[in-house]
This record gives sequence, C-alpha cells and structure tokens, in this order.
Amino acid sequence: MIKANILLFYKKSKAAFLDLLPIIIVVVFFQSVVIQQPFPQIGEVILGVLLVVLGLMLFIEGLEMGLFPIGETLAYALAKKGSLFWLLLFAFALGFSTTIAEPALLAIAKEAAKISSEAGLISSDPSTLNTYALGLRISVAVSVGFAILIGVLRILKGWPLYYLIIGGYVLVMVMTIVAPQEIIGLAYDAGGVTTSTITVPLVTALGVGLANVIKGRSPLLDGFGLIAFASLLPMIFVMGYGLFWF
Amino acid sequence: MIDLIIDFFKILFYTMLDVLPILLLIVFFQLVVLRQPIPHLKRVILGGLYVVLGLALFLMGLEKALFPIGEIMANQLAAPSFIGVAENAIADWTDYYWIYIFAATIGFSTTIAEPSLIAVAIKAGEVSAGTISANGLRITVAVGVAFALALGTFRIVTGTPLYLYILGGYIIVIIQTIFAPKDLIALAYDSGGVTTSTVTVPLVTALGLELSGVVPGRNPAIDGFGLIAFASLFPIISVLGYSQFMALKNKMSHFKK
Repeated sequence: MIKANILLFYKKSKAAFLDLLPIIIVVVFFQSVVIQQPFPQIGEVILGVLLVVLGLMLFIEGLEMGLFPIGETLAYALAKKGSLFWLLLFAFALGFSTTIAEPALLAIAKEAAKISSEAGLISSDPSTLNTYALGLRISVAVSVGFAILIGVLRILKGWPLYYLIIGGYVLVMVMTIVAPQEIIGLAYDAGGVTTSTITVPLVTALGVGLANVIKGRSPLLDGFGLIAFASLLPMIFVMGYGLFWF
Repeated sequence: MIDLIIDFFKILFYTMLDVLPILLLIVFFQLVVLRQPIPHLKRVILGGLYVVLGLALFLMGLEKALFPIGEIMANQLAAPSFIGVAENAIADWTDYYWIYIFAATIGFSTTIAEPSLIAVAIKAGEVSAGTISANGLRITVAVGVAFALALGTFRIVTGTPLYLYILGGYIIVIIQTIFAPKDLIALAYDSGGVTTSTVTVPLVTALGLELSGVVPGRNPAIDGFGLIAFASLFPIISVLGYSQFMALKNKMSHFKK
C-alpha cells in the first residue's frame, strides 16, 4: 500500500516536473553559456521550483479526483434536464467560479497591482493593492461567466460562431480606443490567461454535453466556441475596469 | 523558517476563499437543483483539500521561483554592461538580440512539451484524416509561440503600440478563416488557448514587465504587458497557415496524378 502510494507520488511529481523542465534547461543554458554570471538567490529559486512542482502536482491531482468528474456529470445532467434558467445560471456560475480560482490569473493580478502602484496610477497601500487585484480578478471572472452563458445560448439557438467572434473583435478595438492606455496590455493578456488549468476541461465538458443532447451539433465545434468567447470577453471587461479605475 | 510557515497559512486561508465559489456551485446545483447526493463524497472532499493545498504551495513557489527567474533573466540580458553600451545611453533595438533569442527559446521549448497541446495535436491528426500530422502541428504551434514572444519582446524594447500588432493579427486571422479548410478552424483557435500554461504565464509576464523597466524610456504600466496576448494570437495564425499549406499540397499531388 505504502509502496504503491510512493510510486504514484513519484509518477505524478515527475509529470509536474516535466512541465518545468524545458524552462530549467533553457535558463541553465543561458546562465552558463551566454550570461556567465552567478545566478542571484539561487537557493530561494530552487526551493521555489520545488514548491511549484509539488503545488501543481497536488492541484491537478485534486482536480482530477473531485472537481472534474463531478463537474462533468453536473454539466451533462443539467444539459439534459432542459431547464433554460438553471442551465444559463450554471453556465455563468461555472465560468465565474473556475476563473476566480485560476492560478495564472492570481499571479497576473498581483503583478498588475504592483505595476500600477509603481506607476502612480493607484495608491500603494496594501489594502488598495488587494482591492485592485481582487477587482481585476472579479471583472475577469464575471466576463468569463458571461462568455460561457452567451456561448451556451449560441449552441442552443445555433447562431453562427464567426459573427459573434468578429463582433467581439470589433468591440475589443472600440474599447481599445476608449480605454486608458495603461490597461490595454493587461486586458489583452487577461484573454489568454483565463483559458487554462481549471476552466477549459469543465467548460469543454459543458459544451460537449450540450452538443450531444441537441441533435445535429458537432461536439468538437461547439465545445470550442465556448473557449473562444472566454478569451474575448475578458479583454473587453478589463478595459472597462481600467476606465473605472484610472 | 517561521516567516515561511506564517506566510504559508496566510496563503492557505486566501486560497480557501478562492476555491469557495466552486464548492458552492457544486453543492447548490447537486443538492438544490438536481436533488441528488454528491457521488463519492469522501473522494471529492479529499480532492478539494489537495486543490487548496496545491494552489497555496504553487503561489508560494511562484513568488520564490517563477517571478524571480523571469525578472533576473530580463535584468541580466538587457543590462547595459551585458549588451555593451554605456550606462543610461539609448541602445539600438538590435543590441537586445539575446532577449529575443531567449524569449523565442522559452516559447518554443515550453510549448513543445505542453501536455494539453500534445492531446490536441493527436485529436487533430484523427480529425483531419491524416492530412496533418500530430508532430507537424506541435512544431507549428511551438514556432508560432516562439515567433510571438520574440516579436513581443521586440515590441517592448521599441515601445510601439500593442494594439497595432493585435489589430494586424486579427485581420490576418479573419482573412485566413475565410480561406482555410473549415474543419480545422476550430482546432486552430483552440491551439491559441492551450499554449499559455500555468507555469509559463507568470514567468513570461515577469520577463516582459522587468524588461520594460530595464530598457530606458519604457514604462512597465504601458509597455510591460502583452506577451501573453501575442502568445495566444500567433499560434492561431501559424496553425491556420499550416492547414492551408497542407490542403494546397494535397491538391497539388492530386493534380499531378
């Protein structure tokens, strides 16, 4: 039993370590061949790398044990239940809650708050920093919630995807003209961040479940449509957030 | 050491709050809307604990490893002494070529090893009935990300406006969407999303922000972000291009027969 657990632990941490390996190789190569200077805080960094490997391993293992199976059966059951209200509420809540817990978004929100205060856009006391970062995460999460909601409506009504995508692109451009320039880069990045660890598998399950229940839909195409929205709307919402703060 | 432990519990508390909405979502829909007990309750609870603990450890490691690596690399590769110009002198954009090479290498290597991309690539090979190969697709996406990050760091060094690049990228994507083989469009858009993994995002963000702080005349708040946006946009273009190229090649070989 214990031996089997150790073996499993070894296997899982190896997978998480492989995620980091390319970065380690590239950084070590550049440090030893190109830069040829002592690497600052090397002990801290190695400790941090170990924490990242261990953390990612536990995080993904936990998701696969509990959240993914239950989320998938829930999404499937609700798609079959046929109540539009509950389905749309579930779609919104799923987008919101998975985005709030997204590790990459947590990271970026923190950096963004630091940068904005250093540039003098917001005051630098810790509570303002926290409010700014949390507000940023909430606006991204709300936008992903709406994105999934609209995506589900699209699947139900059979609206063509490219109209909505091109409409979204146009809106992004309009907001770019209106929004303060300090928020634009962050807003564009927010689009790419949301579609990662937690959100994608659950949202794909929802899309595939819906496409299976409704006749004449392709699971591949419809599952994708949801993700595409989830990277477009955050850009628009974060630019709106910038308008509000600066 | 004590600080580390206090830090850890603080982060642990906040991550619990972060995971709370998912918990409420599942409990509410399972018990109130569907009126069914939660299956495998013990396993789900244990999984939830793993998620919270893992997220807290990851966030600690982020501060100690991923952010510093990005910052240190940007600092060292863009330092005036390293690129060989006088302190505070304005360097030409070509002097920063090691930064572009580093960004491209990080982009290529992390993408080629990305597990979710491998899964998508295998799926793509099946959908296309052999017209595109899984490995060909992986290399295409990785080259797309490498080019994106090199161009993104170039943009930070020169301080040219981000929206011009994104607008140009969108226009190319729309034109390609009209002409590309229909069943691969979904896949191309997907590949843009899978490239930016949880490990890459913090590192690349820190790289961009620090670079905009080191290069004279750049403002981190305006110029520092945008690398992730590039890394999500360019794979779409390169995959659409790849599928167009393969379709054309197929047509040509039929024509010869």
